[in-house]
Amino acid sequence: MSELTTDRPGQVASATPPAPGRPRRRLGDRGLAVAFISPALLLLLGMSVFPLLWALYLSFTDYSATRGGPARFVGFGNYTAILTSAQVHQRALTTLIYVVGAVTLQTVLGFAIAYLISRRTHGRGVLTTLFLVPMMLSPVVVGLFWRFMLDAQFGVVNSMLGSLGLGQVEWLTRQRTALVSLIVVDTWQWTPFIMLIALAGLTAVPKYLYEAASIDRASEWFRFRTITLPLVWPLLLIAVLFRAIEAFRLFDLVYILTSGGPGVSTETLSFHVYKVAFLGFNTGTASAYGILMVLVVIVLTQLYLRYLNKLKEG
Amino acid sequence: MAVSVDEAVSAGPAPDHPSPARRVRRRGRGRSVLEVVLLTALAVVMLFPVLWMIETSIKENRDVYAVPAEFFGFTVTLDHFRDVFVGADGGRSALSVAFLNSVVVAGVSTVLATVLGVPAAWAYSRFTLKAKKDQLFFVLSTRFMPPVVVVVPIFLMYRQAGLIDTKLGLILIYAAFNVPFTIWMMKGFVDEVPAEYEDAAMLDGYSRLQAFWKFTLPLLVPGIAATAVFALIFSWNEFVFAIFLTSSDEVRTAPPAIAGLIGGTTVDWGLVAAASVVFALPVLVFAYLVRRHLVAGVTLGAVRR
Repeated sequence: MSELTTDRPGQVASATPPAPGRPRRRLGDRGLAVAFISPALLLLLGMSVFPLLWALYLSFTDYSATRGGPARFVGFGNYTAILTSAQVHQRALTTLIYVVGAVTLQTVLGFAIAYLISRRTHGRGVLTTLFLVPMMLSPVVVGLFWRFMLDAQFGVVNSMLGSLGLGQVEWLTRQRTALVSLIVVDTWQWTPFIMLIALAGLTAVPKYLYEAASIDRASEWFRFRTITLPLVWPLLLIAVLFRAIEAFRLFDLVYILTSGGPGVSTETLSFHVYKVAFLGFNTGTASAYGILMVLVVIVLTQLYLRYLNKLKEG
Repeated sequence: MAVSVDEAVSAGPAPDHPSPARRVRRRGRGRSVLEVVLLTALAVVMLFPVLWMIETSIKENRDVYAVPAEFFGFTVTLDHFRDVFVGADGGRSALSVAFLNSVVVAGVSTVLATVLGVPAAWAYSRFTLKAKKDQLFFVLSTRFMPPVVVVVPIFLMYRQAGLIDTKLGLILIYAAFNVPFTIWMMKGFVDEVPAEYEDAAMLDGYSRLQAFWKFTLPLLVPGIAATAVFALIFSWNEFVFAIFLTSSDEVRTAPPAIAGLIGGTTVDWGLVAAASVVFALPVLVFAYLVRRHLVAGVTLGAVRR
């Protein structure tokens, strides 16, 4: 009797109580939370955490996936080999140039487009939709298509340069231009991302601030610097960090567009890990390499989440 | 640069000392024209590759390789689109099988991620849990792992479990990378439904579970649909896991199959373009359907406005 009153406090007062049904044990809130959350967490543990722990174990061994045989423990050997390798240093530099170059270009262009769109009164929706198309395409489609457009002989880019009277450029087959091409293609695809977020920030700036500023006869630049930028900056920073993490992880575009070539001029760290793991078959070394990359990602992610937290609370 | 052009426009035709108000308006118009021109130029640059892809897909082969490139006045053909679906022997092409595989893998993995993610999102939204914030951040950070790094141990794992080159293997890994997104995205939608609805239902004698099922869940349907569409797009476009974990034509999804078209000595770019168009079209349609949620969607549910 007492159980009934505590468990179903409203039944007496309720006009239309639900059918009693079979008596069964009720899940408490706690049990319900565990039952609802644990399946998702178990999948993540199985498919993300466990593989990483396995990689961590392999990174201390000389295991090779093709040679098979037992794994011998080599301590930090793989780690010191990678951290002191000139090859890896070069890939790190390539990755840095690529990440900084692409993300900077995207941020400047994306913010500029967002600013221009936010000042329009008509056709904002259509413009935004059109600009967003590149971002929704698969990196495979983007990579393949730019490879075709940048082809030295029949590519449309060189064809246009030719009709403008400019010289032909071997976009993907020269060391210097290949990395530039990679940055250009990534910028083409992801400028809309920054634009979208910046636009969200720009449209959220309260109108009355601008009105107050124009009463004070503040200059355009002054308004931009003191109102627009400070209010949009936190959100923009989130977008920039997000893009930086994504650019650091990037693999598919490199694979399709240049396969790391010519030479090793567009080999990023991600691509090098792939070569060590799948072409060199040094699973142990590749695992250590991967773990080091994961550490970098974790640091970047922590930074990202901290800013995200600040934005949510602020 | 914008400033100097502005100045030129406003200072030029002003010999008869116009009133300040008129000068401001005129400068505003000159500036506005400049902005429209700039926007149009940027839009053309951004959209040109997409238009070029569509053009290439309907050109005959000799026009595809024409130098200088032909922008207009080529013969329109749908041969490449036929080749996407019909094989050389008249049967189904390898590409069309890959498209079908993509539909199955993306569809099932999305359903799995939704079924696992939505209840978890609701629980994270409603209950006070130990270290909830840390749990949520952990969930999101699993999504940021570099795929090339994760794929090495996953490959070894799948080899042990016999999941290499199976659709189930792909479905599981796609579900795992969509669950963090689903949880974060759906938590936002659940937060928007007042918890009082459930409290009121529980006062009427429903259990918490019934209250969720009968009152909250129906209100979440639009959010679930939007979230599922994003998960579908992510799985549909995924390439890295697909290329390393599958190899046979019967299992392979569309991205590696399309990438495989450029493996040989000669590349049929018309076919590549047509396959890309067929592949990208559903994504664009879906993205248009969820355009209101794009900001949340592309930031993995982290940013909401």
